[in-house]
Amino acid sequence: MNAARLARGLLRPGTPVAAGLAAFRHGLALASTLPGCPIVQPLRPHMIEPMRMTSTFDEMWGRGMGQAQSSDCEDAAPGLQVQAARPGRLTQAQTMYEGLRPPYRAFDDWLRAENPARLLKKQREAEEVFRLTGITFNVYGRAEAAERLIPFDIIPRIISGREWARLSRGIEQRVRAINAFLHDIYHRQEIVRAGRIPVEMIARNAAFLPQMIGIEPPGGVYTHIVGIDLVRTGEDEFFVLEDNARTPSGVSYMLENRETMFQMFPELFSRNRVRPVSNYPRNLRRSLAACAPAATAGDPVVAVLTPGLYNSAYYEHSFLADKMGVELVEGHDLRVMDGRVAMRTTTGYKPIDVLYRRVDDDYLDPLNFNPDSGLGVPGIFDIYRAGGITIANAPGTGIADDKAIYSYMPDIVRFYTGEAPILQNVPTWRCNEPAALAYVLDHLPELVVKEVHGSGGYGMLVGPTSSRKEIAAFRDKLLARPGNYIAQPTLALSTVPIFTRAGLAPRHVDLRPYVLVSPEGVTITPGGLTRVALRKGSLVVNSSQGGGTKDTWVLEE
Amino acid sequence: MPDPLRLTVRHVTAYDYDAPVPWGLQQVRLTPKPHKWQRVHRWSLEVEGGRKEAHFEDQHRNAVDLVSLEPGATALRLICEGEVEVTDTAGIVGPHGGFCPLWLFEKPTARTEAGPACLRLAEAVQAEPRPLFRLHDLSAAVSDAVRYETGVSHVGWTAEDAVTAGHGVCQDQAHAFIACARALGIPARYVSGYLLMEREEQDASHAWAEAWLPDLGWVGFDPANRISPDSRYVRIATGLDYAEAAPVSGARTGTGGERLTVAVEVRAQ
Repeated sequence: MNAARLARGLLRPGTPVAAGLAAFRHGLALASTLPGCPIVQPLRPHMIEPMRMTSTFDEMWGRGMGQAQSSDCEDAAPGLQVQAARPGRLTQAQTMYEGLRPPYRAFDDWLRAENPARLLKKQREAEEVFRLTGITFNVYGRAEAAERLIPFDIIPRIISGREWARLSRGIEQRVRAINAFLHDIYHRQEIVRAGRIPVEMIARNAAFLPQMIGIEPPGGVYTHIVGIDLVRTGEDEFFVLEDNARTPSGVSYMLENRETMFQMFPELFSRNRVRPVSNYPRNLRRSLAACAPAATAGDPVVAVLTPGLYNSAYYEHSFLADKMGVELVEGHDLRVMDGRVAMRTTTGYKPIDVLYRRVDDDYLDPLNFNPDSGLGVPGIFDIYRAGGITIANAPGTGIADDKAIYSYMPDIVRFYTGEAPILQNVPTWRCNEPAALAYVLDHLPELVVKEVHGSGGYGMLVGPTSSRKEIAAFRDKLLARPGNYIAQPTLALSTVPIFTRAGLAPRHVDLRPYVLVSPEGVTITPGGLTRVALRKGSLVVNSSQGGGTKDTWVLEE
Repeated sequence: MPDPLRLTVRHVTAYDYDAPVPWGLQQVRLTPKPHKWQRVHRWSLEVEGGRKEAHFEDQHRNAVDLVSLEPGATALRLICEGEVEVTDTAGIVGPHGGFCPLWLFEKPTARTEAGPACLRLAEAVQAEPRPLFRLHDLSAAVSDAVRYETGVSHVGWTAEDAVTAGHGVCQDQAHAFIACARALGIPARYVSGYLLMEREEQDASHAWAEAWLPDLGWVGFDPANRISPDSRYVRIATGLDYAEAAPVSGARTGTGGERLTVAVEVRAQ
């Protein structure tokens, strides 16, 4: 590497993004007005447009690289400095850009030596890999895109070993608290008796499953698999946005993203000591097996229950079963037999010890829950209650990841662990409280308002990026059913670089680490799934709403 | 306190199917709850035409058997036999036990949602300031409003259906009592069980209701007989309504019809 490039490439840790502007060398397609320096437009407050489900990927790449402007530095790729992401109306605070942080240094050196045209080719190859592998994601209610590819970005999200150590301590603390909370809620409800959570939060909660009362799940585990959605706002500031204690999805993307990066850029993994994620399926199987019920004879038999081919996450269900080396089954493959739940195989029925189900509680057992369900197994919940099978995650765990319960998580962590929470919770207004509702109604343009039981980024209002009309319409919904909503301040979410036809650009991200729980302990795969809002300025990272994903690296310390 | 009564029970539930049934499962709640005031000396549940798959306690601590039909069965027989000793406590069952929070018994279920008819009944007894007396008044009011008559109501009826129709069986009266008690803010639950009557051979098991009062705990009310249960009553299962305490509930495949015959014999020793 020549000295001049080395000098240009030096990234100063902690340099504010704005200050890095002068050092910004190349945009791949940015119009240049100043000699040698592309013009940088501050991000405008973003207006959410009617969603188009033709992939964001196509929009990004459709016009190709041919229009890339020449500059005086064509010989080198851009490095990780990008135009400043001015938060506009979003927040007063500075948005943290992660791309200039120390963990990215080795990657940045590599990137600077790369030919942009080769990167573009690689990005396209990556897309092709995903298409061929068949990783797709169904978006409900959108006929024009029954199967859609989730866009993948080739710039990894990089987290240092030190940052991860602290994060994983916080995650483990939170997940242990969630399991203690679930056991308590389905037994003595000490936390309610102690006055730390109002009884209505449980009594009026549709996610509370009375049939779970008094049940001791095998191994004492309720949430065998948890996904904790985190966002970053500063150097050591991570907020939990959401806990996913039912059936968190997306882990197949974590694995495929890494696999794809290995294929595309093997050299990167000799330059960076990246902690592996590929043992997730093995850990998952071991963790599930460790929760086998008393009725198990010999090596625990694990299976994955899917609602079937038409489920949006079917790919992931079959992927995980395949990687774990276990059967993928549907409800009609299973039946109650000899006090167990058995699956039909080519050699007859075989009892299942642990069922990793990707079917919602309500559809799990028509005998005990929704009688119209054709996806479940009649009587499975009775076999569960009799100790004949482990259902992972346990039914009824939704009471722990409900967005109204979320606002009590700091208390929940303190109550069950006796420790101060390591991870922060986003301050939350519960709109069922009159004072909170009044505040929220007065500040809608600044707030994010979510449905208590919503998911997938649907049914929410992102005040700062919504039009007056949208806000007015949401106000009516809020007034009609205040208890259905919570509100949070708009956080200055960190951004990371993504690769666009116009060069690198900062986009908001979150991070979903995957956590396995068994009597043997809590296992957190280093990294997780980074979801990125591909639309400029957007804060919505959900894949159903045009979000993409990235490989996530945790570096060895 | 009068001497406990020793009751022998024989209860046969018979399903006869018009065509062989390929597959079927039944949840069976036919084992009496042992209790301070109800000692179970012996009890057996035998299954013909099916097999017991699993046994567990549900959230109300009812003993439940999951029974599968033999593939191709044309009949299923559930035969209960046993001996239970019951103490007369004037209907008082006592403190709430188990992990089900009391608020669960204050929330209406689909079958116990109080509509205008139930609310009128509840309002009519509201004037009585003493809670226990108010509940006795309610039991009598339900008994008047829902005349006991077999063969007119449907197993799927709600409390409101029964009060509107003006007649029903013990299940409907229990639902009506529960709906009204909950509308008055009093926790209430459904009880299924047996009753010693002059006529020893009966063609159905019995059902009544219990309400919870701060000083007494759970107290039983039987609107069908306008009394609180005494030593002639055997408690089998409890639940928020019939659906959670039903002696038998299940699902099966096969298109043919079925006939259900119930024979209950309760004798005092």
